[in-house]
Parts: sequence; C-alpha cells; structure tokens
Amino acid sequence: MPPELDQVVREEWGRLVALLLAHFRRLDLVEDALGDAVEAAARQWPRDGTPANPAAWLQTVARRRIVDRLRAEAMAQRRHALVATDLERRPPRAMADPGDLVEDDLLRLVLMCTHPALSPESASALALRLVLGVSTRDIAALFLVPEPTMAARITRAKKKIVTAGIPFAVPDLAVLPDRLATVAQTAYLAFTAGYAPASGPDLLRTALAGEAVRLVRTVRALRPGDPTLTALLALVLLQHSRRDARLDGEGRLVLLDDQDRDRWHRDEIEEAGRLLASPGLMGALLPRQAASYLLQAFVAAEHAAAPTSAQTRWDRIVGLYDQLLALSPSPSARLARAVAVAEADGPRAGLAALDGVEVPGSHRVAAVRAELLARAGERTAALAQLDAALAACDNDTERAHLQRRRAEISGAEIVHPGG
Amino acid sequence: MKYVILLMSEGEMPAWSALSEEEQQAGMARFEAFDAACRAREGVEILAGEALGAGDTATTVRTRGGERIVTDGPYAEAVEQLGGFYLLQAPDLDVVLDLLTVLPPYDIQVSPVVDPY
Repeated sequence: MPPELDQVVREEWGRLVALLLAHFRRLDLVEDALGDAVEAAARQWPRDGTPANPAAWLQTVARRRIVDRLRAEAMAQRRHALVATDLERRPPRAMADPGDLVEDDLLRLVLMCTHPALSPESASALALRLVLGVSTRDIAALFLVPEPTMAARITRAKKKIVTAGIPFAVPDLAVLPDRLATVAQTAYLAFTAGYAPASGPDLLRTALAGEAVRLVRTVRALRPGDPTLTALLALVLLQHSRRDARLDGEGRLVLLDDQDRDRWHRDEIEEAGRLLASPGLMGALLPRQAASYLLQAFVAAEHAAAPTSAQTRWDRIVGLYDQLLALSPSPSARLARAVAVAEADGPRAGLAALDGVEVPGSHRVAAVRAELLARAGERTAALAQLDAALAACDNDTERAHLQRRRAEISGAEIVHPGG
Repeated sequence: MKYVILLMSEGEMPAWSALSEEEQQAGMARFEAFDAACRAREGVEILAGEALGAGDTATTVRTRGGERIVTDGPYAEAVEQLGGFYLLQAPDLDVVLDLLTVLPPYDIQVSPVVDPY
C-alpha cells in the first residue's frame, strides 16, 4: 500500500465510514465499498499519482460502489431501476437525533458500534474495525482468537445492528454520559486485551493496544469535557508508556520493579499528567466509572513519578487503593492493594491484606502469596503456593516467569527483591 | 421497524397478586403511561399488546419425528412467567429502550420482528 494511502486510511477511515453511513444508512454495503475503494487506490495512485484530496477520492469511489450495489439490488428485486439521485436521498427517519450535525457523524458511528445491546467483545472489535479501520487479522491477534472467528464475530455484530435497529444516532443528553461510559469500557477492554500476556512475541499486540489508546483519544476529541473519557485516556497513556520496558530482549516479562525506567515514554506520561489536572476532573462529584479510572490513573502516576522503584510512594498507593475499594470492591483491586501494603509495610502485612482474597480462575493470588511468603522467609509455603499458581496458569510467558521464581526460591539462598 | 416486547418475568416488580389495591392501580397507571408515551412519540405505535394467562394455562405444541405432541404448560421453564407482550412499531432500538423506562421494572426481552422481504 502506498504510504499516502496508508496514512489516509489510518486517519480518515472512521470519518469516511460515518459519512457514507449517514448518507446511505447501509452498514452492510459501506465497509465493503470502502475496502474496494482502498484496493482501487492501491492500484491507481502509484500509476496516476496521489489525488489532491485523497480522502475525497476514496469517498467518491466508495459512494459509486454503493450506488452500483443498490442499483443491482433494485434490479434483482425486479423493481424499477432507480436512478442515483433517488438512491442518495436519505430515508425518512423519526429519531431523537435529527441527524443535522455533520461533525457528529463520527460520534454516531462510535455510539452505534458500542451500543450496550452488543456484547462488549463484539463492540470492541467493531469499534476498532469501523472507527479506526484496523484489519480483522490485527483485531484477531489483539484478542487472541483465530482470524475466521473474529471475522464471524464482527459480521454477527453488524447483522445485529441492522436487524435489531440499533440507530446511527446521538441519544438524548440525559443518556449520553452513560453511553460514553460504555464507549470507555469498550475501548479499555481492547486496551487490556493488548497487554494480556500471550505466548510468543508480544510486540504486535502491544502496538495494537496503541490502537485502543487512539480509539480513546478519537472519541475524547469528540467530547473533550467528558470526565470518564478524560480519566481513561490518562490511565491508558500511563500504562502504555511502559510498553518498551515490559519485555526483555528475549520476550520475557519484566515486572514493574525491574523495568528500565529510561525506556518509559516520558512525553506520554506528561500528557497524562496534564489530563489528570484538567478542570473536568476536579471538585465535582465524578460518575463512578470516571472516579475508578481516575484512581487507577493516580496509582500509575505514582509509579511514573518515582525515579526508582525503591522511591515509590507505596503509602500513597495503598491510600488510592483504599479509595478504589470503597468505590467498587473487586478481588483484583484487593490483590493490588495487598501488593502495595507489602511494599509499604513488609511481606507479613501484605499477607494479612491478602487474607480471604480469591480471584476465581486466576493464578495471580497464589503467585503473589508465594512471592510474599518467600520474602518472609517461608520457603516451603512459598513453593507450595508457586505450584498452585503454576497449576492454574495457562499462559506461556507468565509460566516461564513463575518457573524462574520457583528455581530461585528453591535454591539455597533466598534473595529478597528490593530488600 | 416492528419489535415484540416480551414481559419475561416480574424482575424487581412484586407479584401482581401480592400488591395492594392501590399498588395495583399504580401499576396499571404505568401501563397507561406507557400507552400515552408511545402515542406521544413520533413514529411509534402499539400495534398489539396483551396480558397473558399464567404459565400453567399455556399449551405447548411440539413436532417430533413428524408427530405432533401437545402438552400442558409453557414451552420451557424460562418463559413460565411470561406475563404479557406488546407489538410495537418504532423507528429504532433506542426509542424502544427509552419508552420501556415508563413500564414497571419487569425483566423484558426486546426482539425485532424480521421483515421477510
């Protein structure tokens, strides 16, 4: 693909889908037609030169494809062959959203893709596909499913939108914040999928997590005052800023404490800092989800602010987790708090904080308990917990890490990481 | 588009028979309010809507191996409490979901009616 084409697809895909959808209201035709237009561009631009307005070129070609398809459909149904001007007229609609704000077409597209009547997994995939133009193959790699599975999931979601009458519309202002919160959840699901460790090199999926960051950024640009999207953008920027330090040269997982902080992306950390200081997040009582993202972002910001892991303000992080647990108690937040307590007050305090914490189907509680027991000098108990963690862990990268720890702990000397 | 609105079960709404007369009247008022809200909304029309007899008054018809089997009771336990339905004409799903907030807090399934053409 010529670089100009690559760039216009990357930057304009969602806007083109939204424009064509606003015009024709045919989700089933729009994406194929745009795909055809991109193929035609890949053939013609290198030969004839890049057009002055590449996005408009793609739009015109895609529009022609759709009109052709509509004509063919009309013929097939043995109706009158409709002329293009009739086809291009918008069907009459009676919606809460009069559809007259063209600049909101992209928002309409985002809200349609992330409608709560779709499953979160489908909504995430669909938003990446239709809003950002990420290929089905890449989305499949992000969510760790085979490409045909992801293609079927996206097709099913599009079919549900058409059949169930999910509108291409901005809802009433009373409902919009809730719907934007669903958009945020959807984008965060895509982001965390990129960081779920997998076997094999993780570089591609880390780059794809970057696409989820772009999705948050794109949607927030449409509603910059929304606190949930602002807090989430800060959170994902902070987490994503560590991507290059997260794996070593051999693709092995590097824990936060051991990461080379020079490899964290400082520009992204600074951007997150500016977002966290924005007026929309101050003072007023935030919606629950915004508050949750904000507290998690503050935790990430504490790590980012510490020049070395030993200088981390774990006492403050414990306090942030206390607030997070008061807001929405979850086993994974209790686990994270126990880790912070252990760093602040020692492994015995961490073990006490871990008492009764269970994350069903996860090896993480056992892995943390093993680590804390090892630090407390209880080697036998630590090894038993590590074995339990290994039995529950089905991820190669994380298994390798646990096995390395097991070998270290079963050695004669107990090394206390970080003292 | 047409939608079938199925009042699947009582959800957070207490059983109708357990309600006092005033509470029943308040419940009826919500159905009337739904009626009015639908009439007031452009492009929305209740095409049909009925309350259904209890699950034990239902009859199920199945065909197995070409043979028709008629049995007493609802099709499956999941729909034993199906209390009523509407057939609603509406422009899109969001309009339907918005109007449903007027009804009592039943558990509700919304299914689009498939246009065969």
